Amino acid sequence: MLTADTSFDDSGLVMQPVCKPVRREGGVRKGREKIVSMKEQENLRFVECVLLIRDAQDKAAFAELFKHFAPRVKGFLIKSGTDASMAEECAQDVMATLWHKAHLFDPTRASVSTWVFTIARNRRIDMLRKQRRPEPDELTWGPEPEPDAADVMELQQESTRLVQALAELPDKQRDLIQKAYFGDLSHSEIADETGLPLGTIKSRIRLALEKLRHVMK
Amino acid sequence: MENIKHHINDGLLISYAAGTLSEAFSLVVATHVSMCDACRVRLEAFEAVGGAILSDTSESDSTRDVDVDLIATLALIDAGEKAPIRIHHTKPGLFPSALQSYVGGDLDSVKWRSVGMGVRQAILPTSKDASVRLLHIPAGCAVPDHGHRGTELTLVLQGAFRDEFDRFGPGDLEIATEEDEHTPVAEAGVDCICLAATDAPLRFRGLVQRIAQPFLRI
Repeated sequence: MLTADTSFDDSGLVMQPVCKPVRREGGVRKGREKIVSMKEQENLRFVECVLLIRDAQDKAAFAELFKHFAPRVKGFLIKSGTDASMAEECAQDVMATLWHKAHLFDPTRASVSTWVFTIARNRRIDMLRKQRRPEPDELTWGPEPEPDAADVMELQQESTRLVQALAELPDKQRDLIQKAYFGDLSHSEIADETGLPLGTIKSRIRLALEKLRHVMK
Repeated sequence: MENIKHHINDGLLISYAAGTLSEAFSLVVATHVSMCDACRVRLEAFEAVGGAILSDTSESDSTRDVDVDLIATLALIDAGEKAPIRIHHTKPGLFPSALQSYVGGDLDSVKWRSVGMGVRQAILPTSKDASVRLLHIPAGCAVPDHGHRGTELTLVLQGAFRDEFDRFGPGDLEIATEEDEHTPVAEAGVDCICLAATDAPLRFRGLVQRIAQPFLRI
């Protein structure tokens, strides 16, 4: 399929020829769609990497996830008020946990970012606050070994859209939401009207939970 | 449970998703979510927001050194082992597994202490920034009249209670703040069992109760 003179960008999408005249509006939209689909491809690639770790203990796939997530986890922890050496220790631990828990990841319910976020959150409570974290009952023994590809695709797309939607919020609003997640706001300081556009991702999660419940019956 | 009418608010659920909520409040949230699919969906959506913020993180702050040692991490991987699939060590009962792990079993394992007027309580061990206890209110009885400093969460596990504002049945969560002074009364029929958490001591209205308060730890 690949020929020497075909140009590809990182996402594997064919580049638009530069000289092709496009209307300004169409051009803008095209550009944006392309960014979104690059991110989508990235999300799907991360899912693939977790499955490669699960099925083949693939160290190259791990290195790929590490390169992306380890600095983000460390940066997130530092922003939440963790000192640098503790953040380093915690980030290493989170990434090692990702390896050991690869078989527990459910790509119909969460993106890899979300999953890593929850691992980091729990590890931080454990290490820094020396507290237990009470968790809700699990619905099942674990995820389906072969999840429906369309379900995975939809959830990963929704996760990408959420990142985009968050970036498009007014600065002040986005700032407040970030503060809540970095622990700079208490529960009573967080408004009930966060303005977060969560309708569609909720429908996807609801569907995934219903399917899990159905399998359990 | 499909009849739940009173849910966790966004502030509490976001704080729980972010991992910044106190242990005592987290236990109430985890117990409610175990009983309420609607809040489980909201929780996972708020976790997705956390994931979205995480994916943005280092790009917005490249001034700090955020490199992590890969070799050390690979050594951690070699030293560890595959995580077991989470197994419920608890038997199904009235209490979801998170609550059972704090009680050391289900309802029949609770070590109740009388706090007067037929009401019994059991304080559960958590970090000190907030406290959580189980309450047993005999059917038809009132909980002593009290106001709050801070926030009080009351989750019904069995039976139901009413106060001046509403009715709360199994799975319902009442969130009371500083301004609320209420007198919950357990409905006739089954005894009411609640999980209640506060981030400040309750203040009771009567003088005798106020003197007794430090001893009762309520």
